[in-house]
Amino acid sequence: MSSIMKGTTDNGPLLPVPDEDGAPFWEFAARGELRVQCCAGCHEPRFPPRPCCPRCQSFDSEWRVTSGRGRIWSFVRPHPPLLPPYAEQAPYNVIVVELADDPRIRLVGNLVAAPDAALDSVDPARLRIGAPVVVAFTELAEGVRVPRWLLERP
Amino acid sequence: MAATLKDATAIVGIGQTPFARQLDASEKTLACRAIVAALDDAGIHPSEVDAFASYTMEETAEVEIAKAIGAGDVTFFSQVGYGGGGSCATIAHLALAVSTGQATVGVAWRSRKRGSGPRPWRNTRTQLPTPGQWTRPYGLLRPADEIAMLARRYMHEYGATRDHLFNVALACRNRANQNPAAMMYERPLTREMYMGSRWISEPLCLFDNCLETDGALACVVVSAQRARDCRHRPVYVHAAAQGLPSQHHGMVNYWTDDPLTGPSWTAARHLWKHADFGPQHVDVAQIYDAFTPLIPLSLEGYGFCRRGEGAAFSEGGALEIGGRLPINTAGGGLSEAYVHGFNLINEGVRQLRGSSTAQVPDATTCLVTAGEGVPTSALLLRS
Repeated sequence: MSSIMKGTTDNGPLLPVPDEDGAPFWEFAARGELRVQCCAGCHEPRFPPRPCCPRCQSFDSEWRVTSGRGRIWSFVRPHPPLLPPYAEQAPYNVIVVELADDPRIRLVGNLVAAPDAALDSVDPARLRIGAPVVVAFTELAEGVRVPRWLLERP
Repeated sequence: MAATLKDATAIVGIGQTPFARQLDASEKTLACRAIVAALDDAGIHPSEVDAFASYTMEETAEVEIAKAIGAGDVTFFSQVGYGGGGSCATIAHLALAVSTGQATVGVAWRSRKRGSGPRPWRNTRTQLPTPGQWTRPYGLLRPADEIAMLARRYMHEYGATRDHLFNVALACRNRANQNPAAMMYERPLTREMYMGSRWISEPLCLFDNCLETDGALACVVVSAQRARDCRHRPVYVHAAAQGLPSQHHGMVNYWTDDPLTGPSWTAARHLWKHADFGPQHVDVAQIYDAFTPLIPLSLEGYGFCRRGEGAAFSEGGALEIGGRLPINTAGGGLSEAYVHGFNLINEGVRQLRGSSTAQVPDATTCLVTAGEGVPTSALLLRS
C-alpha cells in the first residue's frame, strides 16, 4: 500500500487522502505543478474540485496551470493539544492563500523559509494578511508532494 | 392541519442531566434520563411519543431510545447533519411533523460524552476525504483552527479585537455564574485571566473555546392545541429555518466568494420572512457559541447589526442582562455546557417560561441559533 493510501506516514505528518475529484490535483502536485480545476465548457475555475460546473452544469473539466503566485488571505498559529507530528513543531503557521490568477480560489497551506523547512521556520512577525507568496513543493512521503508557500520578498 | 408552521406547535417539556467533565453513565443512559425528564416536565407519558429527531452525530439510535423509554408506535423519525448546525433543526423537523399530522408527540435530544470521550479531530486513520485533503496535511486539524482562520480575517477587515471576543466570553461566563447547573457556576472570569490564558490557535485563546462536557438534553414538541393541557406555559415555535448557502463548503468556509457571510445569513432570511416580528423585537437570544467569533458573525447574520458591526455591538455590556441583547443566559457552550448547542434550546424555553436563573424581565420572544460556519438552523420562540 502506498503511503498516500494510508493517510499518514508513521508518526509523520498527515498525508492527503484524495477523493476521485481531488486526485488530479495531487497527481499534478507530485510533478511539481499547481493546477486548478476549470470548466471545459465555460472555463470558470472552481475549488475544491467537483464533478459538475456549478455555473453551466457541464461535466467536462480541465486542469489549468496557475502562476503559483498569491497573497495571504488569513493565517493561524495552532498550539497544542495537537497530533504528535504537529505538536513537535507548534506553534507553527497555517495560511490561506488567494491565488493571483483568481483571488476567489483559495488554498490552505504553510508559509515556510524553504520548501523542505519546518512548519515553524518563518518568523511569526513576518506573517501578514496581504503578503505576496509563491508556491514551492515538498515531498512528505515517497511520491507524495504538497504545495508550500514562500514569501515573495523574504 | 395548519398551512403554516407559525405558532402551530410548542415546546412543552425540557429535560437534562447534570453537566460535568466526566459522567459515569453511558450516552444511552444519559439520553434516556434527559428524555424521561422532559416528558415528565410536559406531563406526557412516554407511551405517547410517536416522533424522534436527533443529529446525525448522535450515537444513541432512536430504536434503542424508543425501546428503553417505552415509546409507542413511532411514525416519524429524522436526523440532521453538520454537527452543531443541526440543533435547532431537530425541533424544526418535529414541528413540521406534528403540524402536518405525521406525529403527535415528538422528542428531540442530544447526548454526548465529549468531556471524557475522544476528540473527533484526533482520528488520523479515518479522515473525511473532503475537505480533509485540502486542510489536514497542513496542520489545520481542529475546528478551533478552522474558525480562528475566519476570526483573523474578520479582525483584519473590520478592526475587531481580542477585547471584543472577551466581551462574548465574559457575558457567557457571567450568566453561568448565576446558573447552578453550569459547569462554570462558581468560576468567574476576568479580563486579566482572558488576556493571560494560553493560546489554542492564535488569534483564539483558551477562553474563546467552548467547554468539553458529558451530558444530555431533550425537548418535547406537541401541537399548540395539545400544549394548552400541559404542565407549563407553552413556548411556541413561531418560525424555524435551516440554512445551507449557495456554494457553501462546510466549516472550512474559505472557498465561497464571501467567507464572512456564513449560513446564518441564509437561515435568517427565511426565519424573518416567516415571522411576525424582526430582530429589533427579540428580547433575549441564545446564540451558538462553540467559539467566541461565532457570536459577532451570527449577530450580523441574524440582522441585529450590519455586516462588520458584530464585534462593536458587544461593547458597553450589550450582551449582558440589561443590555441591548442579552445572550446565552444559562452560560452557553462557552460556560454552561457544550452539548452541541442543545442547552441553548432548553434555556430559550426557560426564558419564555420565566424560570431562567438569569431571567430577562418579561421576555416573550427568543432567538435560538445553531452552529454558524456549518450548514445551520434557527428557531424563533415566543410565549
